[in-house]
Amino acid sequence: MAKFSRKGKGGVPELSTASLADIVFMILLFFMVTTSMRQTERMVAIKMPAASEIAKLERKDLAAYVYVGTPMPHLQGQFGTDSRIQLNDSFKSVDDIRDFIAAERETLSESDRQFMTVSIKADENVRMGIVTDIKQELRRTSALKIMYAARKSTPAGF
Amino acid sequence: MARPAQQLPSASLADIAFMVLIFFLLVSTMDQEMGLQRRLPPMPDPNQKVDDVQIKRRNIMVVKINDADRLLAGGTPMDVSMLKDKAKEFLLNPTNDENLPEREERSIEGFGSYPVSKGVISLQNTRGTSYNAYLRVQNELVRAVNEIRDEFALANFGKVYISLDEDKQRIVRDAIPQNISEADPKDTGRKK
Repeated sequence: MAKFSRKGKGGVPELSTASLADIVFMILLFFMVTTSMRQTERMVAIKMPAASEIAKLERKDLAAYVYVGTPMPHLQGQFGTDSRIQLNDSFKSVDDIRDFIAAERETLSESDRQFMTVSIKADENVRMGIVTDIKQELRRTSALKIMYAARKSTPAGF
Repeated sequence: MARPAQQLPSASLADIAFMVLIFFLLVSTMDQEMGLQRRLPPMPDPNQKVDDVQIKRRNIMVVKINDADRLLAGGTPMDVSMLKDKAKEFLLNPTNDENLPEREERSIEGFGSYPVSKGVISLQNTRGTSYNAYLRVQNELVRAVNEIRDEFALANFGKVYISLDEDKQRIVRDAIPQNISEADPKDTGRKK
């Protein structure tokens, strides 16, 4: 068995760690630039259903989000366990969607408005009744581009 | 007291930077937005007279999902796993069956004429249907259309749909339209 020989007096000098901070800062800057902070606090618990034929949302900045699900455990005392709609930072009813969409439209530039996508993020146990109401309301406000948010999965039967 | 200025120890700077880095890693969202993209039909004008678009019975396949998430496609109850093949058979009509949708010769710009299927899949659900079941059915229907598109693209351009260029994708889309109609809710029973 080979033995480690003791280093001589004039061995390898210690590695300089002065540049480590610079490297870390570079990674840090990369993350700061590429990531977007979570803007809204999720107040409903959502486990998205799985689907295989999903496509990536191309323009994230043009999306408006409608969350549907049961309120988080710490909010259930106040709001119950029934499925609720969350727009921005509060629970809303179906009738508020009209104003929400109008407000979201306002934030976009004139040319981008037609490309606005409404992403419906609903829990897989939500009943379709509430989703149908949302869809009808979206049709009424003519926000016709929608996306059912889903998790990626392999096709069924394979 | 005039001592020569000592160099500031910079060893801990890396640690601090690491801490900030970890903070940003935790709070940032890297997840991509993925989902089934659909287009809703525009709301009919209330002033306009309701003229029911008459679609021949052979050209429409009704897919219903009930409260218990059971599926009825084209009049027969079936499992979700069989829906894709049923939808493909319906849209392709390989045997020119009289009960399956007719095809209409339509000229497609840049390709020539192609018999485009006039089949429409109408998806209906009740208020009690779970979102999971609904999306699974939607997914299967989209998958059926995507597979037909891939087959068409492979036969004509030698590539799958997704790797074609913009212009050829349009041709494929024109030849095989995605006619999935999310019908107006009929017996929604909304308490209002």
